[in-house]
Amino acid sequence: MKIKSLFGAATALLLGSVGVATADVTLTIESWRNDDLSIWQEKIIPAFEAENPGIKVVFAPTAPAQYNSALNAKLEAGTAGDLITCRPFDGSLSLYKAGHLGEVGDLENMKNFGAVAKSGWSTDDGSAIFCVPMASVIHGFIYNKDAFKEVGVSVPTTVDEFFSTLEKIKQDGSYVPLSMGVADQWEAATMGYANIGVNYWKGEEGRQAVIAGDMKLTHPDWVAPYAQLAKWGPYMGDGYEAQSYPDSQNMFTLGRAAIYPAGSWEIAGFNAQADFEMGAFKVPVQAAGDECYISDHVDIALGMNKATKNPEAARTFLNWVGSAEFADLYANSLPGFFSLSDHNVNMTDPLAQDFVSWRGECNSSIRPYHQILSRGTPNLANEYWVTSANVIRGSMTPEEAAAHMQKGLASWYAPQQ
Amino acid sequence: MTSHRRPIRWHIGIFLAPAVLVYSAFMIFPLFGTLQLSLFTTSEQQTSFVGLDNFRILFGDPRWSGAFWNALVNNVWFFVIHMLVQNPLGILIAAVLSNPKLRLRGFYRSAIFLPTIMSFVIVGFAWKLILSPLWGIAPDMLKAVGLKFLFAPYLGKEEYALTTLALISVWQYVGIPMMLIYAALLSIPQEVIEAGEVEGVTGFAAFWKIKLPLILPAIGIISILTFVGNFNAFDLVYAAQGALAGPNYATDILGTFLYRTFFGFQMQLGDPNMGAAVAMIMFLIILTGVCIYLFGIQMRMTRYQL
Repeated sequence: MKIKSLFGAATALLLGSVGVATADVTLTIESWRNDDLSIWQEKIIPAFEAENPGIKVVFAPTAPAQYNSALNAKLEAGTAGDLITCRPFDGSLSLYKAGHLGEVGDLENMKNFGAVAKSGWSTDDGSAIFCVPMASVIHGFIYNKDAFKEVGVSVPTTVDEFFSTLEKIKQDGSYVPLSMGVADQWEAATMGYANIGVNYWKGEEGRQAVIAGDMKLTHPDWVAPYAQLAKWGPYMGDGYEAQSYPDSQNMFTLGRAAIYPAGSWEIAGFNAQADFEMGAFKVPVQAAGDECYISDHVDIALGMNKATKNPEAARTFLNWVGSAEFADLYANSLPGFFSLSDHNVNMTDPLAQDFVSWRGECNSSIRPYHQILSRGTPNLANEYWVTSANVIRGSMTPEEAAAHMQKGLASWYAPQQ
Repeated sequence: MTSHRRPIRWHIGIFLAPAVLVYSAFMIFPLFGTLQLSLFTTSEQQTSFVGLDNFRILFGDPRWSGAFWNALVNNVWFFVIHMLVQNPLGILIAAVLSNPKLRLRGFYRSAIFLPTIMSFVIVGFAWKLILSPLWGIAPDMLKAVGLKFLFAPYLGKEEYALTTLALISVWQYVGIPMMLIYAALLSIPQEVIEAGEVEGVTGFAAFWKIKLPLILPAIGIISILTFVGNFNAFDLVYAAQGALAGPNYATDILGTFLYRTFFGFQMQLGDPNMGAAVAMIMFLIILTGVCIYLFGIQMRMTRYQL
């Protein structure tokens, strides 16, 4: 009897709590940006909730390295959140094809985005759009201005200057020249290979040529970035082989290193951590006066889980993501994530201004191993992580690495066979 | 007395039911589910039966088989380190602890057993920090005793990383063989040892000639537990090196290989069918190992009635 009444009480309690929860619609956002948790909670979500009473938003991020697999598992099991942060290209395209993402092309505010911005989240023929573009990230190098002043070096513009700068910093001895490690491997490809490579394969030109099958990954333009990476090792910190990504971030913000091969997403974190003045320089070109290219990668968008129980609320939020207000709020709360919309956003952060100014001087291109080329097994992106790290550690020569990549790509990609 | 029919003994079935039901639902059923999954393939949301094709790819395609054999060889090395270091060390510590003259036995026993109950995430993370070339205490400690040249970024070097991880795992789990052997040693009756002493078998000789034969069954059990544990291992490598098991797959073992295949990693989408094939092969490897032990060793082992 006692047990029964206890059970009854528990049921009543449960039902009661459900009753309270249905008063408001709650949207949950899946994301890999766990670094941005406080910005979403303190700035973005309150701004939205103030305008849209009755809709509550919860930002529920997963660790970046686990995001894709965790999200896939949650979607399969039907436990994923209402709004899904979209990786660019195939990661989201496959989710759309599997029926997990709803179409968003008909949202009113989609008119604010250009074709390039939408390209990362459209079907190959462009007929359907399944995520609202949020931001792109730009690659380059962040440097410690105080360290440069102390050692007496200036910002390098060519590859030769870059290495003579590194050499001078090394000779001086008070700073580690390059703050990067290869333990997590992805920095070697993202901040190493893809970052410096655009100047060799001339951005979109080389990328499209590989997709079309007109250029092989063993072409000198694709081997040269490896050859430059092979020379980075001696300028990285002691034991860089076991230095992880957070180690590198800390090493730089603690003022122990002079140059950090960076993506612009670091800006917010670095501003909060570092107490010295920082600047950014774009990827050095091979010879002075060469046309320059930058890796300006469409990075992040937001889509709707097709299985959401609150499609109307989700669409309201997504439409708001396309608004000028969101673009301004996002670009300024997260300096380094540059809006993809046509809204004119004024950025106040000097470091972010440095990065975004390169868009005017150089040609933008996205990371080469994302669109179409990352579709097969072996996965080109993951392979670039491993080979780039191997080249820096010296366990693979640049030519071996390029041959390995070409062989992997040709094993499944028809235009390269 | 008239013989009456024995009543049906319901209680046997009832007592067995919970274990049988739980075991079937959570072990047997998923096992066959995995086998079934490994015989299909999925493309464009369509699942189709392909027989043993996944296994053919796993062993026939040079990329898949290269990755598989790399993981298997690494896994064997991982196991060898445990057998050569963890188990002898466990026996040695147990033998020392069972010496009644040793003071603070309880303290040593608990201290050595303690890491076993810690989460592998904490162990992996703590050792990563200890061995970190930037913030770790290992380089500083070696410097303090003038042995700085011995330090290398162990977890980042292809030639050391796997051995380092295996030794970390040994550090964590050495308490298990120690406890089991310790219990076995305590169960040896004092008369047997005294009888040996009368015959002049003391000290080391007593250990080799009397105690070791008596604890052999326990050592056998420990070996098979180590084997199963090592070939199912995944957690420590994942916590310390990530799913790509760097550097250059040098620490990739079957568990991490299975994880990447089944769940995917970053841009690489998971392939549950191929993953199930890898899981089946892992199951067969472990099954073979356990059978060799059961029929080849355990059944022939001499047991002594004490």
